[in-house]
Amino acid sequence: MNKKTSLATFGLLCLLGLWLLVGCSKKEETNEAQPSAPATTAAPTAAATPIDPSTVASVSGTVKFDGAAPKASKIDMSQDPACKGTNTAETVVVDGGNLANVFVYVKDGLGDRTFAVPTQAVTIDQKGCQYHPHVLGAMTGQNIEIKNDDQTTHNIHPTPQANREWNESQPPAAAPLEKSFAREEIMLPVKCNQHPWMRMYINVVKSPFYAVTGPDGKYEIKGLPPGTYTIAFVQEKLGEQTQKVTLAAKDSKTVDQSFKAQ
Amino acid sequence: MEDGRRARPSSNRVGTAALGCPAEPSSAVVRSSQGAKPLKSLATPYNRAHHRFAVFVACATFVLIIAGALVTSNDAGLSIPDWPTSFGSFSVPPLHGGIKYEWSHRAIAGSIVLLTISIAAWTWFADRRRWMKWLGVAALCTVITQAILGGLTVLMFQPPWVSSAHAAVAQTFFCIAVTIAMFTGRRWVEDAPQIEVDTRRPSLITLTLLSIFVLYVQLILGAMFRHHGMSWWPHVANAAIVAIVLIWTAIRALWQFSKIEAVRRPAILLVSLLIVQLCLGFAAFLTRVAWGRDAVQPELSLVISTVAHVAVGALLLATAVILAIQVWRQVPVSSQDLVRSRTQNPVAV
Repeated sequence: MNKKTSLATFGLLCLLGLWLLVGCSKKEETNEAQPSAPATTAAPTAAATPIDPSTVASVSGTVKFDGAAPKASKIDMSQDPACKGTNTAETVVVDGGNLANVFVYVKDGLGDRTFAVPTQAVTIDQKGCQYHPHVLGAMTGQNIEIKNDDQTTHNIHPTPQANREWNESQPPAAAPLEKSFAREEIMLPVKCNQHPWMRMYINVVKSPFYAVTGPDGKYEIKGLPPGTYTIAFVQEKLGEQTQKVTLAAKDSKTVDQSFKAQ
Repeated sequence: MEDGRRARPSSNRVGTAALGCPAEPSSAVVRSSQGAKPLKSLATPYNRAHHRFAVFVACATFVLIIAGALVTSNDAGLSIPDWPTSFGSFSVPPLHGGIKYEWSHRAIAGSIVLLTISIAAWTWFADRRRWMKWLGVAALCTVITQAILGGLTVLMFQPPWVSSAHAAVAQTFFCIAVTIAMFTGRRWVEDAPQIEVDTRRPSLITLTLLSIFVLYVQLILGAMFRHHGMSWWPHVANAAIVAIVLIWTAIRALWQFSKIEAVRRPAILLVSLLIVQLCLGFAAFLTRVAWGRDAVQPELSLVISTVAHVAVGALLLATAVILAIQVWRQVPVSSQDLVRSRTQNPVAV
């Protein structure tokens, strides 16, 4: 192969590589051009297992934090003048010993029951360059509506382990994005690479039996059929704790939990 | 070519006329045995403009490495979700938050591609040395590879192996840019090499090549840690090996060949940069691993220490490459040892 042929071959290979790469990029753009379509379609679910409403029980309680509450880190939002939010991190939110933003769900005990996916979407709002809520629960296949109420562009970038990763930007006043996740995943991180302090967690479960503790640390899970269940309490930094509870028909039990300071 | 150069016998200092070094002095016009007609010479005259442009490309590449390090340290790599466009367009987006780091990096990278095309074309047409022409082509290939890796890292959401390859190829390109600047310099083109034969084992050239190897391993380990593909400890553990090899190399170079300026200077720089780099590595460890583990956003101390660590790492690798090239040019291994080793290990042809 002479010099000219080598150069020509090399040039062609480079062009081919660039063409393939741009092709990949265009494919991504095509996906981005349909923001209203869910990114992952839910697997067709079997008919929901009926639950006798006259026997349903509930479980509620308070999640506490043992020890001195950690001081919330300050956020420096000065890199974007349009960000005028609360400048405190929400990693561990404790108020009067009550722990907020703990995801509580029935981890085990539901057997092979299937549940109807709610038609109503859950909402994530980007406001003050922070996510509201900080911890969200949703069922597999349920629509998640993502709004941007800020006067700046955000990018929404979930980094899942079990679901498909995606990264889309959302300028101010843009139409809400609608997404869903096909597989169960607890504490799925979502971040904005433009504002690195912006982080939240989506919890995707197969059943509707979940709750997120409020600022008072309280939660309530209603409509459970009688049975023995493992209730899991998951906090983004403090990890997971579980408790077993047996519910008879129409029971209303209190299951409190506490996390120790690390 | 190397064998011809290595077959330098007897005296500790030899002349350069018969040297088959990559760059022969431009004054050395080779003539035929009859003396009638000059043979085609591979030498090239010093071209100040070409050299200055090559230095500019190397400096601009260093700026690009800093810009890339800023993107990673500020966790802004995916702040623009598409590539090669930025938010579907080639125009400048609003430069707030992480976008300013990512877009600036893309803009500088685009300029470097154009600069590399220019230096490769200039070298191809202006430099008489064939290997220099191909070095320019190699620079172009590397920068195209780098651009493709940069695109892949965005489109594939920064898989550690792609991002680490992007980091490693960046420094490879920087080394090529630096060597082009050196090979086009007046000292390389016009000055005669001060040859001293290396009789010790391991030879200095072996040590310099080992230095480059351990630095490359260190670069990949560091990049993998930075891009969440590996724990921090392999990078820290290898730092000790890097320090030992580089100090050994520098001491050998300064102890034995301190009279050769082209070897002495990079050897001193190598040790100086190593000391700075170890301090910066310690600072980066503190700000990222010890103190910054639970930080809600990249702290300024983390950004400064990690970016400086990357930048000095690039300078260290380039210095090791320069030292190796100068040692290869100025400090040949003694021919007696080569002959002896070949006698002991005969090669079937």
